[in-house]
Amino acid sequence: MPNLLTDPNLQWILLGSMLLGLSTGVVGTFAYLRKQSLIGDTLAHAALPGICIAFMLTEVKSIGLFMIGAIVAGMIATVGIGWITRYSRIKPDAAMGIVLSVFFGLGIVLLTQIQHSSYGNQSGLDKFLFGQAASMTSEDVYTMASVAVVLVLVCALLYKEFKLISFDSGYGRGLGFSVTMLEQLLLWLVTVAVVVGIQAVGVVLVAALLITPAVSARYWTDRLGVMAALSGLFGALSGAAGTWVSAGTEQLPTGPLSVLTATAVFVFSVLFGPRRGIVSKLLRRRAAKREWAAEERGASL
Amino acid sequence: MSGFWIMLTGALVAACCGILGCFLVLRRMALVGDAISHSVLPGIVIAFLVSGSRDSFFMLFGAAVIGFVTVFLIQMFQQSGVQNDASIGVVFTSMFAAGVLLVSLNAQQVDLDLDCVLYGEIAYVQWNTLALGGADLGPKAVWLLGITLFLIVAVIGLFYKQFKLCAFDPALAAAIGIPVALFHYVLMGLVSMATVSSFESVGAILVVGLLIVPPATAYLLTDRLSAMIGISLAVGVVSSVAGYYTAAALDASIAGCMVCVAGILFALAFLFSPSHGLVVRKLRQRSSAARGAY
Repeated sequence: MPNLLTDPNLQWILLGSMLLGLSTGVVGTFAYLRKQSLIGDTLAHAALPGICIAFMLTEVKSIGLFMIGAIVAGMIATVGIGWITRYSRIKPDAAMGIVLSVFFGLGIVLLTQIQHSSYGNQSGLDKFLFGQAASMTSEDVYTMASVAVVLVLVCALLYKEFKLISFDSGYGRGLGFSVTMLEQLLLWLVTVAVVVGIQAVGVVLVAALLITPAVSARYWTDRLGVMAALSGLFGALSGAAGTWVSAGTEQLPTGPLSVLTATAVFVFSVLFGPRRGIVSKLLRRRAAKREWAAEERGASL
Repeated sequence: MSGFWIMLTGALVAACCGILGCFLVLRRMALVGDAISHSVLPGIVIAFLVSGSRDSFFMLFGAAVIGFVTVFLIQMFQQSGVQNDASIGVVFTSMFAAGVLLVSLNAQQVDLDLDCVLYGEIAYVQWNTLALGGADLGPKAVWLLGITLFLIVAVIGLFYKQFKLCAFDPALAAAIGIPVALFHYVLMGLVSMATVSSFESVGAILVVGLLIVPPATAYLLTDRLSAMIGISLAVGVVSSVAGYYTAAALDASIAGCMVCVAGILFALAFLFSPSHGLVVRKLRQRSSAARGAY
């Protein structure tokens, strides 16, 4: 395992993935409260054809170009889901499944096309499937870190508006906010977060960085601000742990390690969260039982 | 001959998934199918490490168990207050991550390729044949899928009325004494088995495409469950055959092309279905508006 204190490259990558985890955690909080957790999964799978087309057109591996391709693909995917649910009797979950699998299938077709044909410098494109943080260049890290900072800033600036549409969008509309615009903006933020995350965590698992920290944070608090901060913290922790372990061993992909760290945090929260956690529920039930038994005894005397 | 075996395998995968997918789409559990198809991966890897072979039927039951565990975990988290889709997301991503990690850690023993996990290797199906007493009986995958399909048809055929009632009105089904939870778990077990048998040919993620897209296409074309299953089967088989030829022409992933063809068929049904299509409904609206003008 490379030494964290002496390897400046690793320090940068670690910082980048921590910022990434922070931003996905914060954005994921709002997605979770708006019951749109799995939209991140769909957008991540849908990004694959966008990335492949961006590579085929330019033959350059740059995270900025990939991001543009993926955002365009993600936007087409959200429009597709919207159309299918609005203009047919297909339910939203099936619509998401259709868009996810067809886009991913198209992405796989394009990926095999790239592998079979004579595009130069294609190696590493398949790293996008499971993520390999160690293969990032310092330029990628800069892009990733700055996008993550922008995401967190946007969430902080529009905190009140996002809070409103997370809990009561009808009231927001009544107050005169352009709720549709805000919802669309939030969806864009999710898309951007997913696309930045793909490089570190991979297409298949990046959704977990949006969902798992937010669900874990929900176990600890009832306040949105605290929840967003905790979710960001959990996300940063998972990103850092995944990157650190996988940078040390060549054959371990970063994505699964980050996701499993996030899952460990989630399991801990489920068990020991105050009020909602399993242990505190059991303790409370036992205390209530004892109180009841004591009352019974008092009554019978 | 190789093309025949590949198309037959694809058609069998499409048939297994097409039948089960109808019930998933009707019960609004399309994404549970997605979750199961991801989360059987650790089950497959563990069964593979324990048994040491890739073609054991024992793997099917291991995966069915993992499928139960997935559904159980999702329901447990839902009951403890996590939102429906978030609990699906948490469970399947962590299971899939564990599976990928197991594959990477045992890369020497496991000749499961991570790419194969994602999009399968249907092109190699024909090389892995089953021989019995010296006679060549055809690819193993075809046998495995054939047995799975037989099982699915047998179970669904025997309990067709019960499954139908559970799909449309679970409350009524419970009221007249059908064990709804039991049928739910049986369905999930069948989905896991279909996923595992299809896994080698089309990969973990494209199974979802064949589970959801053909039934959704059929759902737009008919209002009868039996017809829906039939159309879903037809769409699945057409996409696997057409997908094979497209892939051969483009020199690309066969499984990916199969799902793309299914997607195109869905788009056609979405636009031009005689009963629920977008174009037809717009035309009908216009003609009724014109009639209203008189």
